[in-house]
Amino acid sequence: MLFHPSIIALLLASALSSLALVGSALFAVTLLRHWNLSSGSERQIVLEQRTYLVTTVLKLALIFEAGSLLLFVFNADKMAKLFVGAMCAVGTLNVNPYGFPALILKIAVFFLSAAWLMLHHIDSQGYDYPLIRVKYAALLFLAPVALVSAFVQLTYFLDLKADVLTSCCSTLFGGSTVVTTNNMGFAPEAWSLGGLALVLAATGLVGLWHLKRGRGGLAYALLSLSVLVVALIAIVSAISVYVYEQPHHHCPFCMLKQEYGYVGYALYLPLFLGTATGIGAGLASFAGRWPSLSLASPALSKRFAYVSLLSFLVFAGAAVGLIMKSHLILFEGFA
Amino acid sequence: MKIYLRRQLNLLEFTLSSLLRRKGKNLALLVVFSAIVFMLASALLYSHALRREAAILLKDAPELVIQKMVGGRHDLLPQANLAKLAEVRGITQIHGRLWGYLFDPIAAANYTVMVPQTNPPEPGFAIIGEGISGARGAEPGDQLSFKSHDGGLLTFRVAQVIAYESALATSDLFLVNEDDYRRLYGIAPGLFTDAVAKVRNPREVGKAAEKIAELLPDSRIVLRDEILRTYESVFDWREGLLLVLLTGAVLAFAIFAWEKASGLSAEERREIGILKAVGWETGDILLMKMWEGGVMSLSAFLIGYLLAYLHVFYLGAPLFEPVLKGWATMYPAFRPTPFIDGFQVATLLILTVLPYLAATVVPIWRAAIIDPDQVMR
Repeated sequence: MLFHPSIIALLLASALSSLALVGSALFAVTLLRHWNLSSGSERQIVLEQRTYLVTTVLKLALIFEAGSLLLFVFNADKMAKLFVGAMCAVGTLNVNPYGFPALILKIAVFFLSAAWLMLHHIDSQGYDYPLIRVKYAALLFLAPVALVSAFVQLTYFLDLKADVLTSCCSTLFGGSTVVTTNNMGFAPEAWSLGGLALVLAATGLVGLWHLKRGRGGLAYALLSLSVLVVALIAIVSAISVYVYEQPHHHCPFCMLKQEYGYVGYALYLPLFLGTATGIGAGLASFAGRWPSLSLASPALSKRFAYVSLLSFLVFAGAAVGLIMKSHLILFEGFA
Repeated sequence: MKIYLRRQLNLLEFTLSSLLRRKGKNLALLVVFSAIVFMLASALLYSHALRREAAILLKDAPELVIQKMVGGRHDLLPQANLAKLAEVRGITQIHGRLWGYLFDPIAAANYTVMVPQTNPPEPGFAIIGEGISGARGAEPGDQLSFKSHDGGLLTFRVAQVIAYESALATSDLFLVNEDDYRRLYGIAPGLFTDAVAKVRNPREVGKAAEKIAELLPDSRIVLRDEILRTYESVFDWREGLLLVLLTGAVLAFAIFAWEKASGLSAEERREIGILKAVGWETGDILLMKMWEGGVMSLSAFLIGYLLAYLHVFYLGAPLFEPVLKGWATMYPAFRPTPFIDGFQVATLLILTVLPYLAATVVPIWRAAIIDPDQVMR
């Protein structure tokens, strides 16, 4: 299955970004051992120059990681034709046990990358590279996750075997053998929607408190992460059903397609942006302990929280709008 | 935010003017880059068009094709088997098909002879595809003669030339009457080439196929979905193969871009040195160089993609046609339906721009860390 253009593109992107991350991680080890801003030695100057290269390379690698997340989902959707029983991306990802882990790891890499880039941005606000050790230590954590993600993706693609006419002498090629399913496990609709409303409300309150008092940044970051998890469950179990107006269609990907007017983007873009900037708010408020950032980082944290709150508001609006607009009635007496 | 945007805008302006100052060097890069994008995009666009064509063709095809097998080879299907098949529940329509291939020594090509299910031509008449019409110069009313199975001459008068939404399938088609067909090949009445069946419920197709396999163990059953999947993966495979062949070109291009980016002229080095001396930081130089790469790759991508679009949809992709379509004597003039797919554009962006960025990032950094006093001295 490797001779598929998009698979080649995905593997190229993940190979190059893995290479970049491994190189940067090796550099991170050197930097953590020898970084000394007060020294004027040649090694320190080389290290300082190298940081420019590493951050540029990482920015590129992480941007392409984000792009390849979307490409991965679309590729899965396009390949559904090749597998018996697969109707959309869910079916393709279920073809072998590596599909969904690959996707989840890609999402994890996306958020870790976003967090790292925001950390870098916060760091650049201080004059003395205050967070440089934190940043490069974080890289030592990010690089293995990205490598595992690339490896799982490769395994997934290597293990894909299309159900095609292989030999012209067999009697029956396909038959009714179900190779893959389109089912996804889901929570009850009422629970997931109620939980989403609750978590969103809590996040909103903590966010407003953070904006006003400048405290609770870490709590806000954690809540943003929980919004992501709960919202994804709610999308699979309830919101998707409203979008497709079919009680048994729980696909989180089909709504990204033209058939449904690309409404999925109205949900996922603000959701992902809100979570990413929410994490950024936490990171920025954490960075406030460094003296050279004590002025810049609370302001930055508030700005991140502001963007995050707005994004979650857009997400909530989109979700409510989709539910109101839908002709499907899941709960008698409500919308 | 405003300051940030204004900074980027100023950098972009500076970049554009500095690109214009070194026209020759940048133009060469642009031409090569566009050529790479053009080749990759042509391959992707053309195979995508072929895939769509195949899907259109098979849309109305019957769900099941049943062939009789003898000794692992395709054999003629007796009428009695058709009656048995009709009893399988879920099958709504079943009929035997008559088709075969006919070699025409004059055109040096193979025709596909078929007996249509509806509106067959009158005895002695034939309906022909435009490929045959072109190869033999045959218009309605003209006569075409062929050797039948026993050596005798069989003459057909052209009743009509087919114009169809997909020329891919009908170009070499030769439609005749059932009696003429049996006379041409010497096939006795009551025997068919194979049979096709329609199944009303798409979810029962697999089950119906299983039942048929039980009822007629000496038959081969082909599902429409399988044909579709096979086409899909054959085209994917060909497309991928072409891309892998083109990776050599992409690699060469990456080396070329690396070379261009690292071989800074003395004048450029001096320029960077002066910029730094007047207060630019390493980050600014990096950003400017990144903008340069962005401008280059975006322009090259647009130019290459546009050329590929024209090449595929207006000229019929003469460069890649033989590889992607497969080979035959009588291929139709095939004008694919124009179509742009965002997913495909994204794939192409990764395949072309990513290698370029990867190749140039280190040279760009090398340029950005130049010490001003070193170059200006």
